[in-house]
Amino acid sequence: MHVHRFEKLWIGLSLFLIAAFIGIVLFGFTVMDLKVPGIEEGRQVDPTTVLSDEKFSKPGVRKISDDHYEVYMIAQQFIFRPGSTQPLTIPANTKITFHMTAPDVMHGFEVPGSGLNATIIPGQIATFSTRFPEAKTYGIICHQYCGAAHHNMQGEIEVVPPSEFDESNLISQ
Amino acid sequence: MTFVNHYPKAARIVKANFIVAFVALAIGGFFGLIQALHRTDVFRGFVSSVEYYDVLTGHGVLLALVFTTFFITGLYQWGVTRTMEREPENSTFSWAWFLMMLVGTTMTATAILGGLVPGSGMSAAVLYTFYPPLQAHPLFYIGAALLVVGSWLAGADWFWTYRKWRTDNPDARIPLQTYMVIFTWLMWYLCSLGVALEVVVLLIPWSLGIVAKIDPLLPRTLFWYFGHAVVYFWLLPAYFVWYSILPKLSGGRLFSDPLARIVFIFFLLLSTPIGYHHQYADPGISLVYKMWALIMTLVILLPSLMTAFTVISSMEHGARQRGGSGYFAWMGALPWGRPAFVGCALAGIMFAAGGFSGMVNASLNIDMLVHNTAWIPGHFHLTVGTATALTFMAITYWLLPQLTGKELKFKGLALAQPYTWFIGMTLMSNALHRQGLAGVPRRVSEPEYAGINYEVPFGTMAEMNWQVAIGGIILFVALIFFLVVVGGTFWAGTPATNVDDTIPPPLSGPEHSPEILDNLKLWMGVAVVLVLIAYTLPLAEMVMDGLFSPGAFPSPV
Repeated sequence: MHVHRFEKLWIGLSLFLIAAFIGIVLFGFTVMDLKVPGIEEGRQVDPTTVLSDEKFSKPGVRKISDDHYEVYMIAQQFIFRPGSTQPLTIPANTKITFHMTAPDVMHGFEVPGSGLNATIIPGQIATFSTRFPEAKTYGIICHQYCGAAHHNMQGEIEVVPPSEFDESNLISQ
Repeated sequence: MTFVNHYPKAARIVKANFIVAFVALAIGGFFGLIQALHRTDVFRGFVSSVEYYDVLTGHGVLLALVFTTFFITGLYQWGVTRTMEREPENSTFSWAWFLMMLVGTTMTATAILGGLVPGSGMSAAVLYTFYPPLQAHPLFYIGAALLVVGSWLAGADWFWTYRKWRTDNPDARIPLQTYMVIFTWLMWYLCSLGVALEVVVLLIPWSLGIVAKIDPLLPRTLFWYFGHAVVYFWLLPAYFVWYSILPKLSGGRLFSDPLARIVFIFFLLLSTPIGYHHQYADPGISLVYKMWALIMTLVILLPSLMTAFTVISSMEHGARQRGGSGYFAWMGALPWGRPAFVGCALAGIMFAAGGFSGMVNASLNIDMLVHNTAWIPGHFHLTVGTATALTFMAITYWLLPQLTGKELKFKGLALAQPYTWFIGMTLMSNALHRQGLAGVPRRVSEPEYAGINYEVPFGTMAEMNWQVAIGGIILFVALIFFLVVVGGTFWAGTPATNVDDTIPPPLSGPEHSPEILDNLKLWMGVAVVLVLIAYTLPLAEMVMDGLFSPGAFPSPV
């Protein structure tokens, strides 16, 4: 079968481009710490009873160590808990691990300007970690259509300097 | 003497499919206009911000599922009949699959439009992806299943024709157009099995109340098993046009028939086992499978890049036949005054841009910046919304005289249409991409939120909103041009003399390629193995704990 030499060259360049893209993604994973949900092992829960689950019945911030806090958050029609009625307050420059689930339908968790992005699926716990580099207020948007008032589902994250972080609001187990 | 004279039975079937496709295009396109004005807050008077989701569901289903499927079955019926040189084996069977698809479409559309009629007791605002536990009226799911099964029977009809042809031509190579039809449909059988299982086994019993709860992750995964391959189901018929007809419209011949075959083999093998790339942000799917999807998705760039080469070199050959010369000056010698050519060429240019934004989506961790933002509709309005839709509209201009025996009406309007579409889409798509980079979500009726200031990389939010709204209006005007040309030709066309319907043989024909390229069983076998590798373990994990568990209660919308 005859393949024109220009076409051979083109196919070679195409393969190089594909390899380069795969390389960029791997570089992001290893060097730049760009991660996606699914790396940290999540677990399954029964969505019909999750609101009385040991952790999710008291959503909020828990302390693991001085440099590591975890956030249990519920996304439900049409609020984030915590996040919507009062902001989620967390310290800057500290490892934050989110555990999120939903008791009703699928929701989305998007924090514009942070690169945080997850689908929240009833029955699954989405677990992912991040560090917010500076004290700043971020918005949370539900970006997975969840019903009639989907466009009203939003929240707020208040990232404060570690020295100003008030630990009296932490959930003690 | 043209197609309609040689094959009157097939011509009627093709026309019936096209008419349904264009009705869906008209309604779905109007819904698109409503959305462009509503989202941007330019005009919110058509529907409420809640009804927006009914309109959005209608837009997605009518355009991405109904317009595409009916146009494709019509186009492929034309291609099979033409290259097999046979009428359908049994007209009753052909009309049966058409009617099955039409009945299914009517049921689904009724459920969706019911949401806009107060007191209808019916609604289906579940969007085109219909993720449970959001629940639509049962008609929505039953209709969708009939549409898919009807398309399977359409494929069976063409395989029937092919078998008869094979008996008469035991040693011949499969003609290129029929080859492309067969490979598209092998891929379609493989991938649509996922959505058929999702709808028939899980969603229909659940929507009828036979089972109370549903496990949201399993149907979502089955949807995306189908949901990425379906984009190639939309795209391959555009490739069919670009490979087999566009070179001729450019004034030349196809550069290489064997490479066209290889490209279609690639798509059969790689389209389905990559669906996880729509689930990069999902919990419950391990990174191993996300990585696999990443690599396979980027490899599937290869057949599209090969297509770019072949299509452009075929066009260059055509331009040089027409007297073009120079490194780039030959482009000026292309027939920029012929609507069918212009539409296909502009669709190809936009597809290149859409391909690049698709590479961003495919790149696992980079995708987190744009996942579920306005970037995504920005992307797929270049691919399915232009590469596919504009190619279909453009080739309609070339096919209508063959199907009706009439001259194309309003040729000036037909020529203006692809240029108008191109301008409208340039405005709308660039703005949607940039809004996505700022984090503006997709699929939302009011993307402005109190207390959230999007950080726009360049330009302003108001400027982007105006581009989306004006772009949407221009696209709608282009759609009206198209409908006027088609309607005018159907109802007021004058009899054509000398219909242009010939396609010259390729520069390098199938005789130069190994016969293994035509081995259908082999390639289908490899495709099945690749799917089993990708999906056996994750699906087993989801099914082992119970088909409907962990289950959530339905949330009717």
